[in-house]
Amino acid sequence: MQLYLPIAEVSVDAFLLLGIGGVVGFLSGMFGVGGGFLITPLLFFIGVPPAVAVATGANQVVASSVSGVLAQIKRKAVDFRMGTVLLVGGMIGSGAGIWVFALMKRLGQVDLFVQLSYVLFLGLIGAMMLQESLRALLRAGKPGAVIRRGHTHNWVHGLPLKMKFRASGLYISVIPPLLVGALTGFLAAIMGVGGGFVMVPAMIYLLGMPTKVVVGTSLFQIIFVSAFTTVMHAVTSQTVDMMLALLLILGGVIGAQIGARVGVRLRAEQLRVLLSLLVLAVSLRIAADLLLRPDELYSVASGALP
Amino acid sequence: MSRRLTLALALALLSLLPLSQPAAAQAVARDEEIVAGLSQSRVSITANFDGSEILIYGAVKRETPVPEGRLDVIITVEGPSSPVVVRRKDRVAGIWINHAAVMVDSAPSFYSVVTTRPLSEILSHTENLRQGITIDRVIRAVGIASEAEGSDAFVTALERVRGQEGRYRLMEGKVQLTDATLFRADVALPANLTEGGYKVRIFLLRDGRVVAQQERLIGVRKEGLERAVFNMAQDQPLIYGLLSLVLAAFAGWAASAVFRFIRA
Repeated sequence: MQLYLPIAEVSVDAFLLLGIGGVVGFLSGMFGVGGGFLITPLLFFIGVPPAVAVATGANQVVASSVSGVLAQIKRKAVDFRMGTVLLVGGMIGSGAGIWVFALMKRLGQVDLFVQLSYVLFLGLIGAMMLQESLRALLRAGKPGAVIRRGHTHNWVHGLPLKMKFRASGLYISVIPPLLVGALTGFLAAIMGVGGGFVMVPAMIYLLGMPTKVVVGTSLFQIIFVSAFTTVMHAVTSQTVDMMLALLLILGGVIGAQIGARVGVRLRAEQLRVLLSLLVLAVSLRIAADLLLRPDELYSVASGALP
Repeated sequence: MSRRLTLALALALLSLLPLSQPAAAQAVARDEEIVAGLSQSRVSITANFDGSEILIYGAVKRETPVPEGRLDVIITVEGPSSPVVVRRKDRVAGIWINHAAVMVDSAPSFYSVVTTRPLSEILSHTENLRQGITIDRVIRAVGIASEAEGSDAFVTALERVRGQEGRYRLMEGKVQLTDATLFRADVALPANLTEGGYKVRIFLLRDGRVVAQQERLIGVRKEGLERAVFNMAQDQPLIYGLLSLVLAAFAGWAASAVFRFIRA
Protein backbone atom coordinates (compact mmCIF):
# COMPACT_ATOMS: atom_id res chain seq x y z
CA MET A 1 0.00 0.00 0.00
CA GLN A 2 1.65 3.19 -1.18
CA LEU A 3 1.39 6.22 1.07
CA TYR A 4 2.34 9.78 0.23
CA LEU A 5 4.26 11.49 3.05
CA PRO A 6 3.30 15.17 3.36
CA ILE A 7 6.62 16.54 4.65
CA ALA A 8 9.09 14.12 3.07
CA GLU A 9 7.14 14.51 -0.23
CA VAL A 10 7.76 10.97 -1.36
CA SER A 11 5.44 8.02 -1.78
CA VAL A 12 6.53 4.88 0.06
CA ASP A 13 5.06 1.50 0.96
CA ALA A 14 3.23 1.75 4.29
CA PHE A 15 4.03 -1.87 5.21
CA LEU A 16 7.72 -1.31 4.55
CA LEU A 17 7.64 1.55 7.07
CA LEU A 18 5.80 -0.61 9.60
CA GLY A 19 8.44 -3.29 9.10
CA ILE A 20 11.36 -0.91 9.56
CA GLY A 21 9.73 0.47 12.69
CA GLY A 22 9.14 -3.04 13.98
CA VAL A 23 12.70 -4.26 13.48
CA VAL A 24 14.24 -1.16 15.00
CA GLY A 25 11.75 -1.22 17.87
CA PHE A 26 12.58 -4.86 18.55
CA LEU A 27 16.30 -4.07 18.84
CA SER A 28 15.49 -1.02 20.91
CA GLY A 29 13.48 -3.00 23.44
CA MET A 30 16.08 -5.73 23.59
CA PHE A 31 19.22 -3.66 23.98
CA GLY A 32 17.99 -0.41 25.46
CA VAL A 33 19.29 1.64 22.57
CA GLY A 34 16.98 4.18 20.98
CA GLY A 35 17.61 2.79 17.53
CA GLY A 36 18.23 6.18 15.94
CA PHE A 37 21.56 5.01 14.57
CA LEU A 38 19.68 2.33 12.62
CA ILE A 39 16.48 4.06 11.60
CA THR A 40 18.12 7.14 10.11
CA PRO A 41 20.32 5.23 7.60
CA LEU A 42 17.38 2.93 6.77
CA LEU A 43 15.18 5.90 5.94
CA PHE A 44 17.90 7.37 3.70
CA PHE A 45 17.97 4.05 1.94
CA ILE A 46 14.26 4.07 1.03
CA GLY A 47 14.50 7.61 -0.33
CA VAL A 48 13.39 9.85 2.54
CA PRO A 49 15.37 13.13 2.45
CA PRO A 50 18.16 13.12 5.10
CA ALA A 51 16.85 16.12 7.06
CA VAL A 52 13.39 14.53 7.38
CA ALA A 53 14.90 11.14 8.24
CA VAL A 54 16.97 12.55 11.11
CA ALA A 55 14.11 14.59 12.61
CA THR A 56 11.41 11.94 12.21
CA GLY A 57 13.77 9.24 13.46
CA ALA A 58 14.11 11.22 16.68
CA ASN A 59 10.33 11.31 17.02
CA GLN A 60 10.09 7.54 16.56
CA VAL A 61 12.80 7.03 19.19
CA VAL A 62 10.60 8.86 21.73
CA ALA A 63 7.79 6.36 21.22
CA SER A 64 9.88 3.21 21.33
CA SER A 65 11.74 4.50 24.39
CA VAL A 66 8.50 5.25 26.26
CA SER A 67 7.22 1.79 25.42
CA GLY A 68 10.52 0.19 26.47
CA VAL A 69 10.79 2.17 29.72
CA LEU A 70 7.29 1.17 30.78
CA ALA A 71 8.20 -2.47 30.25
CA GLN A 72 11.40 -1.97 32.29
CA ILE A 73 9.68 -0.07 35.12
CA LYS A 74 7.50 -3.09 35.76
CA ARG A 75 10.67 -5.10 36.24
CA LYS A 76 11.98 -2.34 38.56
CA ALA A 77 14.94 -1.98 36.22
CA VAL A 78 15.03 1.81 35.99
CA ASP A 79 17.33 3.88 38.19
CA PHE A 80 15.49 7.20 38.12
CA ARG A 81 18.08 8.97 40.19
CA MET A 82 20.89 7.94 37.87
CA GLY A 83 18.69 8.74 34.86
CA THR A 84 18.12 12.28 36.12
CA VAL A 85 21.83 12.90 36.72
CA LEU A 86 22.59 11.60 33.23
CA LEU A 87 19.85 13.81 31.80
CA VAL A 88 21.30 16.96 33.39
CA GLY A 89 24.65 16.12 31.80
CA GLY A 90 22.85 15.28 28.55
CA MET A 91 21.21 18.68 28.24
CA ILE A 92 24.56 20.43 28.73
CA GLY A 93 26.21 18.19 26.14
CA SER A 94 23.33 18.62 23.72
CA GLY A 95 23.62 22.39 23.88
CA ALA A 96 27.34 22.18 23.09
CA GLY A 97 26.63 19.71 20.28
CA ILE A 98 24.09 21.97 18.59
CA TRP A 99 26.65 24.76 18.66
CA VAL A 100 29.36 22.60 17.04
CA PHE A 101 26.82 21.33 14.49
CA ALA A 102 26.01 24.90 13.44
CA LEU A 103 29.73 25.62 13.15
CA MET A 104 30.31 22.62 10.85
CA LYS A 105 27.30 23.66 8.80
CA ARG A 106 28.89 27.03 8.21
CA LEU A 107 32.07 25.28 7.08
CA GLY A 108 30.00 23.17 4.64
CA GLN A 109 31.22 19.77 5.84
CA VAL A 110 28.39 18.67 8.07
CA ASP A 111 27.73 15.42 6.16
CA LEU A 112 31.32 14.30 6.42
CA PHE A 113 31.44 15.28 10.07
CA VAL A 114 28.34 13.22 10.84
CA GLN A 115 29.60 10.22 8.90
CA LEU A 116 33.02 10.32 10.51
CA SER A 117 31.44 10.55 13.97
CA TYR A 118 29.34 7.48 13.17
CA VAL A 119 32.34 5.46 11.99
CA LEU A 120 34.60 6.56 14.82
CA PHE A 121 32.20 6.17 17.74
CA LEU A 122 30.27 3.15 16.55
CA GLY A 123 33.49 1.39 15.53
CA LEU A 124 35.32 2.15 18.75
CA ILE A 125 32.46 1.22 21.03
CA GLY A 126 31.46 -1.83 19.01
CA ALA A 127 35.00 -3.22 19.04
CA MET A 128 35.44 -2.59 22.77
CA MET A 129 32.14 -4.20 23.64
CA LEU A 130 32.68 -7.18 21.41
CA GLN A 131 36.10 -7.89 22.90
CA GLU A 132 34.89 -7.60 26.48
CA SER A 133 31.64 -9.50 26.07
CA LEU A 134 33.28 -12.36 24.15
CA ARG A 135 35.80 -12.74 26.95
CA ALA A 136 32.99 -12.75 29.50
CA LEU A 137 31.06 -15.29 27.47
CA LEU A 138 34.07 -17.63 27.24
CA ARG A 139 34.80 -17.29 30.92
CA ALA A 140 31.19 -18.04 31.83
CA GLY A 141 31.28 -21.17 29.68
CA LYS A 142 34.23 -22.69 31.57
CA PRO A 143 33.47 -24.86 34.58
CA GLY A 144 34.65 -23.41 37.86
CA ALA A 145 35.04 -19.96 36.34
CA VAL A 146 35.71 -16.96 38.48
CA ILE A 147 32.46 -15.21 39.38
CA ARG A 148 32.42 -11.70 37.95
CA ARG A 149 32.26 -9.00 40.58
CA GLY A 150 29.49 -6.45 40.37
CA HIS A 151 31.98 -3.69 39.88
CA THR A 152 35.61 -3.01 40.53
CA HIS A 153 37.02 -0.09 42.45
CA ASN A 154 38.98 2.19 40.17
CA TRP A 155 39.74 5.92 39.87
CA VAL A 156 36.05 6.64 39.34
CA HIS A 157 35.38 5.85 42.97
CA GLY A 158 37.93 8.32 44.29
CA LEU A 159 36.06 11.43 43.10
CA PRO A 160 34.15 13.82 45.38
CA LEU A 161 30.38 14.64 45.43
CA LYS A 162 29.33 11.08 46.14
CA MET A 163 25.71 10.07 45.80
CA LYS A 164 23.80 6.90 46.54
CA PHE A 165 22.13 5.17 43.58
CA ARG A 166 20.11 2.49 45.30
CA ALA A 167 18.58 0.84 42.22
CA SER A 168 22.06 0.40 40.75
CA GLY A 169 23.61 -0.55 44.07
CA LEU A 170 26.25 2.15 43.66
CA TYR A 171 27.72 4.83 45.86
CA ILE A 172 29.78 6.96 43.49
CA SER A 173 30.55 10.56 42.62
CA VAL A 174 28.04 12.35 40.35
CA ILE A 175 30.87 13.63 38.12
CA PRO A 176 31.29 10.47 35.95
CA PRO A 177 27.54 10.12 35.22
CA LEU A 178 27.36 13.83 34.40
CA LEU A 179 30.27 13.45 31.96
CA VAL A 180 28.75 10.32 30.39
CA GLY A 181 25.45 12.18 30.01
CA ALA A 182 27.18 15.20 28.48
CA LEU A 183 29.08 13.03 25.99
CA THR A 184 25.91 11.24 24.83
CA GLY A 185 23.99 14.51 24.63
CA PHE A 186 26.78 15.94 22.51
CA LEU A 187 26.75 12.96 20.15
CA ALA A 188 22.96 12.98 20.02
CA ALA A 189 22.91 16.54 18.75
CA ILE A 190 25.63 15.90 16.17
CA MET A 191 24.51 12.51 14.89
CA GLY A 192 20.77 12.90 15.31
CA VAL A 193 20.52 9.85 17.54
CA GLY A 194 19.47 9.21 21.15
CA GLY A 195 22.97 8.11 22.12
CA GLY A 196 22.00 4.80 23.71
CA PHE A 197 24.79 2.92 21.98
CA VAL A 198 27.31 5.14 23.76
CA MET A 199 25.40 5.26 27.01
CA VAL A 200 24.87 1.53 27.52
CA PRO A 201 28.55 0.49 27.38
CA ALA A 202 29.61 3.59 29.34
CA MET A 203 27.19 2.71 32.13
CA ILE A 204 28.40 -0.87 32.28
CA TYR A 205 32.14 -0.36 31.98
CA LEU A 206 32.72 3.14 33.26
CA LEU A 207 30.12 3.47 36.00
CA GLY A 208 29.97 -0.22 36.86
CA MET A 209 26.18 -0.35 36.83
CA PRO A 210 24.55 -3.79 36.75
CA THR A 211 23.38 -4.70 33.23
CA LYS A 212 19.88 -5.31 34.58
CA VAL A 213 19.20 -1.62 35.26
CA VAL A 214 21.31 -0.21 32.41
CA VAL A 215 18.72 -0.77 29.68
CA GLY A 216 15.82 0.89 31.49
CA THR A 217 17.87 3.81 32.76
CA SER A 218 19.34 4.46 29.33
CA LEU A 219 15.88 4.43 27.73
CA PHE A 220 14.56 6.78 30.43
CA GLN A 221 17.21 9.36 29.57
CA ILE A 222 16.81 8.84 25.81
CA ILE A 223 13.10 9.78 25.97
CA PHE A 224 13.98 13.30 27.03
CA VAL A 225 16.98 13.82 24.78
CA SER A 226 15.09 12.68 21.67
CA ALA A 227 11.97 14.65 22.64
CA PHE A 228 14.13 17.77 22.86
CA THR A 229 15.69 16.98 19.46
CA THR A 230 12.28 16.41 17.84
CA VAL A 231 10.87 19.75 18.96
CA MET A 232 14.08 21.55 17.95
CA HIS A 233 13.87 20.09 14.43
CA ALA A 234 10.14 20.79 14.13
CA VAL A 235 10.64 24.43 15.07
CA THR A 236 13.86 25.22 13.23
CA SER A 237 13.47 23.30 9.98
CA GLN A 238 9.90 21.84 9.84
CA THR A 239 11.31 18.44 8.97
CA VAL A 240 9.30 16.19 11.30
CA ASP A 241 6.92 14.11 9.18
CA MET A 242 4.03 13.10 11.42
CA MET A 243 2.63 10.58 8.95
CA LEU A 244 6.01 8.87 8.58
CA ALA A 245 6.55 8.96 12.34
CA LEU A 246 3.13 7.44 13.02
CA LEU A 247 3.84 4.38 10.87
CA LEU A 248 7.33 3.90 12.25
CA ILE A 249 5.94 4.29 15.77
CA LEU A 250 3.16 1.79 15.20
CA GLY A 251 5.68 -0.83 14.10
CA GLY A 252 8.22 0.33 16.67
CA VAL A 253 6.12 0.14 19.84
CA ILE A 254 5.04 -3.39 19.05
CA GLY A 255 8.60 -4.37 18.21
CA ALA A 256 9.88 -2.81 21.41
CA GLN A 257 7.48 -4.83 23.57
CA ILE A 258 8.51 -8.08 21.94
CA GLY A 259 12.17 -7.09 22.09
CA ALA A 260 12.00 -6.35 25.81
CA ARG A 261 10.60 -9.82 26.47
CA VAL A 262 13.14 -11.60 24.29
CA GLY A 263 15.90 -9.58 25.97
CA VAL A 264 14.93 -10.97 29.38
CA ARG A 265 15.48 -14.53 28.19
CA LEU A 266 18.96 -13.89 26.80
CA ARG A 267 22.03 -13.80 29.04
CA ALA A 268 23.63 -10.39 29.58
CA GLU A 269 26.85 -11.46 27.81
CA GLN A 270 24.97 -12.76 24.78
CA LEU A 271 22.99 -9.53 24.63
CA ARG A 272 26.19 -7.51 24.62
CA VAL A 273 27.81 -9.63 21.90
CA LEU A 274 24.78 -9.14 19.67
CA LEU A 275 24.61 -5.40 20.28
CA SER A 276 28.32 -4.97 19.63
CA LEU A 277 28.06 -6.90 16.34
CA LEU A 278 25.15 -4.72 15.28
CA VAL A 279 27.00 -1.53 16.13
CA LEU A 280 30.12 -2.75 14.28
CA ALA A 281 28.09 -3.67 11.20
CA VAL A 282 26.56 -0.19 10.94
CA SER A 283 29.98 1.38 11.46
CA LEU A 284 31.59 -0.75 8.72
CA ARG A 285 28.75 0.04 6.35
CA ILE A 286 29.27 3.77 6.75
CA ALA A 287 33.05 3.38 6.56
CA ALA A 288 32.63 1.54 3.25
CA ASP A 289 30.65 4.49 1.89
CA LEU A 290 33.50 6.80 2.73
CA LEU A 291 36.31 4.58 1.46
CA LEU A 292 34.92 3.01 -1.71
CA ARG A 293 34.52 5.01 -4.88
CA PRO A 294 30.82 5.89 -5.14
CA ASP A 295 28.91 4.91 -8.30
CA GLU A 296 27.60 8.41 -8.71
CA LEU A 297 30.09 11.11 -7.79
CA TYR A 298 27.58 13.91 -8.12
CA SER A 299 24.68 14.74 -5.87
CA VAL A 300 21.87 17.23 -6.33
CA ALA A 301 20.24 19.23 -3.55
CA SER A 302 17.52 21.84 -3.83
CA GLY A 303 18.30 25.25 -2.46
CA ALA A 304 21.04 27.82 -2.77
CA LEU A 305 24.64 27.56 -1.63
CA PRO A 306 25.11 29.19 1.78
CA MET B 1 -18.50 25.02 -12.01
CA SER B 2 -18.66 28.71 -11.14
CA ARG B 3 -15.06 29.08 -12.27
CA ARG B 4 -15.91 27.78 -15.70
CA LEU B 5 -18.85 30.14 -15.83
CA THR B 6 -16.76 33.20 -14.99
CA LEU B 7 -14.17 32.10 -17.51
CA ALA B 8 -16.78 31.88 -20.24
CA LEU B 9 -18.11 35.27 -19.20
CA ALA B 10 -14.65 36.78 -19.29
CA LEU B 11 -14.02 35.35 -22.73
CA ALA B 12 -17.30 36.73 -23.98
CA LEU B 13 -16.47 40.17 -22.62
CA LEU B 14 -12.97 39.98 -24.05
CA SER B 15 -14.27 39.27 -27.54
CA LEU B 16 -16.32 42.47 -27.36
CA LEU B 17 -13.27 44.58 -26.68
CA PRO B 18 -11.70 46.20 -29.71
CA LEU B 19 -8.24 45.58 -28.21
CA SER B 20 -8.42 41.86 -28.89
CA GLN B 21 -8.93 42.44 -32.61
CA PRO B 22 -5.24 42.46 -33.71
CA ALA B 23 -4.53 39.25 -31.79
CA ALA B 24 -7.45 37.50 -33.40
CA ALA B 25 -6.40 38.71 -36.83
CA GLN B 26 -2.92 37.34 -36.29
CA ALA B 27 -4.25 33.95 -35.31
CA VAL B 28 -6.34 33.76 -38.44
CA ALA B 29 -3.31 34.63 -40.54
CA ARG B 30 -1.62 31.42 -39.36
CA ASP B 31 -2.01 28.33 -41.44
CA GLU B 32 -2.28 25.87 -38.61
CA GLU B 33 -3.49 26.14 -35.05
CA ILE B 34 -3.55 23.79 -32.10
CA VAL B 35 -6.74 22.86 -30.33
CA ALA B 36 -5.68 20.92 -27.25
CA GLY B 37 -7.09 19.45 -24.08
CA LEU B 38 -5.83 17.75 -20.94
CA SER B 39 -7.44 14.78 -19.22
CA GLN B 40 -7.14 16.73 -15.99
CA SER B 41 -5.98 20.24 -15.21
CA ARG B 42 -5.64 19.58 -11.49
CA VAL B 43 -3.69 16.89 -9.66
CA SER B 44 -4.51 16.38 -5.99
CA ILE B 45 -1.85 14.82 -3.81
CA THR B 46 -3.76 12.82 -1.23
CA ALA B 47 -2.50 10.16 1.20
CA ASN B 48 -2.74 7.36 -1.36
CA PHE B 49 -1.20 9.38 -4.19
CA ASP B 50 1.07 7.16 -6.23
CA GLY B 51 1.82 9.21 -9.31
CA SER B 52 -0.65 10.26 -11.94
CA GLU B 53 -1.03 9.89 -15.67
CA ILE B 54 -2.04 12.89 -17.73
CA LEU B 55 -3.46 12.48 -21.19
CA ILE B 56 -2.69 15.37 -23.50
CA TYR B 57 -4.73 15.33 -26.69
CA GLY B 58 -5.72 17.67 -29.47
CA ALA B 59 -6.11 18.43 -33.12
CA VAL B 60 -4.60 20.69 -35.73
CA LYS B 61 -7.07 23.26 -37.00
CA ARG B 62 -6.59 24.48 -40.56
CA GLU B 63 -8.39 27.02 -42.75
CA THR B 64 -6.22 26.26 -45.76
CA PRO B 65 -5.10 23.01 -47.47
CA VAL B 66 -2.44 20.95 -45.66
CA PRO B 67 0.96 22.56 -46.30
CA GLU B 68 4.00 20.71 -47.66
CA GLY B 69 6.35 18.80 -45.40
CA ARG B 70 5.87 16.32 -42.63
CA LEU B 71 4.12 17.51 -39.50
CA ASP B 72 5.54 16.68 -36.08
CA VAL B 73 4.46 17.33 -32.52
CA ILE B 74 6.55 17.96 -29.42
CA ILE B 75 4.95 18.15 -25.98
CA THR B 76 6.84 19.30 -22.90
CA VAL B 77 5.67 19.22 -19.29
CA GLU B 78 7.64 21.35 -16.88
CA GLY B 79 7.36 21.35 -13.07
CA PRO B 80 8.17 24.29 -10.79
CA SER B 81 11.81 25.38 -10.87
CA SER B 82 14.16 26.14 -8.03
CA PRO B 83 17.87 26.78 -7.58
CA VAL B 84 19.89 23.61 -6.94
CA VAL B 85 23.37 22.83 -5.70
CA VAL B 86 25.30 20.11 -7.50
CA ARG B 87 28.15 18.62 -5.49
CA ARG B 88 30.94 16.36 -6.61
CA LYS B 89 32.70 13.88 -4.36
CA ASP B 90 36.48 13.78 -4.52
CA ARG B 91 38.97 11.60 -2.78
CA VAL B 92 40.67 13.60 -0.06
CA ALA B 93 43.09 11.83 2.29
CA GLY B 94 41.69 8.45 1.32
CA ILE B 95 38.01 9.19 1.85
CA TRP B 96 35.33 10.35 -0.54
CA ILE B 97 33.90 13.68 0.51
CA ASN B 98 31.80 16.40 -1.08
CA HIS B 99 34.46 18.64 -2.47
CA ALA B 100 33.51 20.87 -5.38
CA ALA B 101 30.03 22.39 -5.67
CA VAL B 102 28.31 24.62 -8.18
CA MET B 103 25.00 26.38 -7.99
CA VAL B 104 22.53 26.17 -10.82
CA ASP B 105 20.24 29.21 -10.84
CA SER B 106 17.13 27.37 -11.83
CA ALA B 107 16.31 23.77 -12.66
CA PRO B 108 12.80 22.34 -13.03
CA SER B 109 11.74 19.73 -10.48
CA PHE B 110 10.18 17.75 -13.32
CA TYR B 111 10.65 17.88 -17.06
CA SER B 112 9.29 15.57 -19.68
CA VAL B 113 9.62 15.83 -23.46
CA VAL B 114 7.38 13.68 -25.66
CA THR B 115 7.77 13.70 -29.43
CA THR B 116 6.46 12.01 -32.56
CA ARG B 117 9.93 11.18 -33.90
CA PRO B 118 13.57 11.48 -32.69
CA LEU B 119 14.28 15.08 -31.70
CA SER B 120 17.35 15.37 -33.92
CA GLU B 121 15.19 14.74 -36.99
CA ILE B 122 12.37 17.14 -36.22
CA LEU B 123 13.86 20.07 -34.29
CA SER B 124 16.55 22.41 -35.62
CA HIS B 125 19.23 23.72 -33.30
CA THR B 126 18.24 27.35 -33.71
CA GLU B 127 14.60 26.61 -33.04
CA ASN B 128 15.56 24.72 -29.90
CA LEU B 129 17.60 27.74 -28.75
CA ARG B 130 14.65 30.02 -29.38
CA GLN B 131 11.93 27.90 -27.79
CA GLY B 132 13.97 26.14 -25.10
CA ILE B 133 12.66 22.64 -25.66
CA THR B 134 15.36 20.18 -24.60
CA ILE B 135 16.25 19.92 -20.90
CA ASP B 136 19.68 21.54 -21.30
CA ARG B 137 17.93 24.63 -22.65
CA VAL B 138 15.52 24.72 -19.70
CA ILE B 139 18.14 24.51 -16.94
CA ARG B 140 19.43 28.00 -16.33
CA ALA B 141 23.06 28.02 -15.31
CA VAL B 142 24.25 31.56 -15.93
CA GLY B 143 27.77 32.35 -14.72
CA ILE B 144 28.34 28.74 -13.74
CA ALA B 145 31.70 28.63 -15.52
CA SER B 146 33.24 30.99 -12.97
CA GLU B 147 32.38 28.71 -10.02
CA ALA B 148 34.33 25.55 -10.76
CA GLU B 149 36.45 23.98 -13.43
CA GLY B 150 34.61 21.75 -15.87
CA SER B 151 31.26 23.15 -14.78
CA ASP B 152 29.55 21.61 -17.81
CA ALA B 153 30.13 18.25 -16.17
CA PHE B 154 28.02 19.43 -13.21
CA VAL B 155 25.07 20.35 -15.41
CA THR B 156 25.37 17.02 -17.25
CA ALA B 157 25.45 15.29 -13.87
CA LEU B 158 22.31 17.17 -12.80
CA GLU B 159 20.51 15.91 -15.92
CA ARG B 160 21.78 12.38 -15.30
CA VAL B 161 20.89 12.25 -11.58
CA ARG B 162 17.41 13.66 -12.11
CA GLY B 163 16.98 11.39 -15.11
CA GLN B 164 17.66 8.37 -12.91
CA GLU B 165 15.12 9.65 -10.40
CA GLY B 166 12.54 9.72 -13.19
CA ARG B 167 12.28 13.50 -13.00
CA TYR B 168 13.73 14.26 -16.42
CA ARG B 169 12.53 12.19 -19.30
CA LEU B 170 12.75 12.23 -23.06
CA MET B 171 10.23 10.00 -24.81
CA GLU B 172 10.77 10.01 -28.55
CA GLY B 173 8.06 8.58 -30.75
CA LYS B 174 5.48 8.53 -27.97
CA VAL B 175 3.14 11.14 -29.41
CA GLN B 176 0.56 9.44 -31.61
CA LEU B 177 -0.27 11.54 -34.64
CA THR B 178 -3.16 10.49 -36.86
CA ASP B 179 -3.61 11.89 -40.39
CA ALA B 180 -1.40 14.86 -39.53
CA THR B 181 -4.36 16.18 -37.54
CA LEU B 182 -5.13 14.34 -34.33
CA PHE B 183 -2.50 13.80 -31.67
CA ARG B 184 -2.37 12.33 -28.19
CA ALA B 185 0.30 11.53 -25.60
CA ASP B 186 0.42 10.16 -22.08
CA VAL B 187 2.73 11.77 -19.54
CA ALA B 188 3.27 9.95 -16.25
CA LEU B 189 3.79 12.22 -13.26
CA PRO B 190 5.88 10.43 -10.62
CA ALA B 191 4.91 9.95 -6.97
CA ASN B 192 7.57 12.36 -5.69
CA LEU B 193 5.85 15.41 -7.16
CA THR B 194 6.56 18.94 -6.04
CA GLU B 195 3.58 21.20 -5.50
CA GLY B 196 2.96 23.99 -7.97
CA GLY B 197 1.99 24.78 -11.54
CA TYR B 198 3.08 22.34 -14.24
CA LYS B 199 3.43 24.02 -17.61
CA VAL B 200 2.41 21.99 -20.63
CA ARG B 201 3.69 23.24 -24.01
CA ILE B 202 2.59 21.78 -27.31
CA PHE B 203 4.60 22.55 -30.44
CA LEU B 204 3.73 21.82 -34.06
CA LEU B 205 6.80 21.52 -36.25
CA ARG B 206 7.53 21.44 -39.95
CA ASP B 207 11.06 21.19 -41.40
CA GLY B 208 12.62 21.68 -37.98
CA ARG B 209 10.69 24.91 -37.35
CA VAL B 210 7.89 25.56 -34.91
CA VAL B 211 4.77 26.55 -36.84
CA ALA B 212 2.34 26.72 -33.95
CA GLN B 213 2.40 26.37 -30.20
CA GLN B 214 0.11 26.38 -27.21
CA GLU B 215 0.46 26.40 -23.45
CA ARG B 216 -1.63 24.83 -20.72
CA LEU B 217 -1.25 24.61 -16.98
CA ILE B 218 -1.77 21.71 -14.59
CA GLY B 219 -2.11 22.62 -10.91
CA VAL B 220 -0.56 20.14 -8.49
CA ARG B 221 -1.59 20.56 -4.85
CA LYS B 222 -1.64 18.59 -1.62
CA GLU B 223 -5.19 17.95 -0.45
CA GLY B 224 -7.02 16.70 2.61
CA LEU B 225 -4.92 15.24 5.41
CA GLU B 226 -1.69 15.90 3.50
CA ARG B 227 -2.60 19.57 3.23
CA ALA B 228 -3.56 19.82 6.92
CA VAL B 229 -0.36 18.19 8.20
CA PHE B 230 1.84 20.23 5.88
CA ASN B 231 0.15 23.52 6.79
CA MET B 232 0.35 22.86 10.49
CA ALA B 233 4.06 21.98 10.30
CA GLN B 234 4.66 25.28 8.51
CA ASP B 235 2.34 27.58 10.46
CA GLN B 236 2.47 26.16 14.00
CA PRO B 237 5.85 24.44 14.25
CA LEU B 238 6.02 24.38 18.05
CA ILE B 239 2.52 23.00 18.50
CA TYR B 240 3.19 20.53 15.69
CA GLY B 241 6.41 19.37 17.35
CA LEU B 242 4.73 18.96 20.74
CA LEU B 243 1.80 17.15 19.15
CA SER B 244 4.25 14.73 17.50
CA LEU B 245 5.68 14.06 20.95
CA VAL B 246 2.29 13.48 22.53
CA LEU B 247 1.45 11.10 19.72
CA ALA B 248 4.72 9.23 20.22
CA ALA B 249 4.37 9.03 24.00
CA PHE B 250 0.75 7.90 23.73
CA ALA B 251 1.61 5.20 21.19
CA GLY B 252 4.41 3.99 23.45
CA TRP B 253 2.12 3.82 26.47
CA ALA B 254 -0.71 2.20 24.51
CA ALA B 255 1.53 -0.57 23.19
CA SER B 256 2.79 -1.23 26.69
CA ALA B 257 -0.76 -1.33 28.06
CA VAL B 258 -2.00 -3.60 25.29
CA PHE B 259 0.82 -6.07 25.84
CA ARG B 260 0.23 -6.08 29.57
CA PHE B 261 -3.43 -6.82 28.90
CA ILE B 262 -2.51 -9.68 26.54
CA ARG B 263 -0.19 -11.24 29.10
CA ALA B 264 -2.63 -10.84 31.97
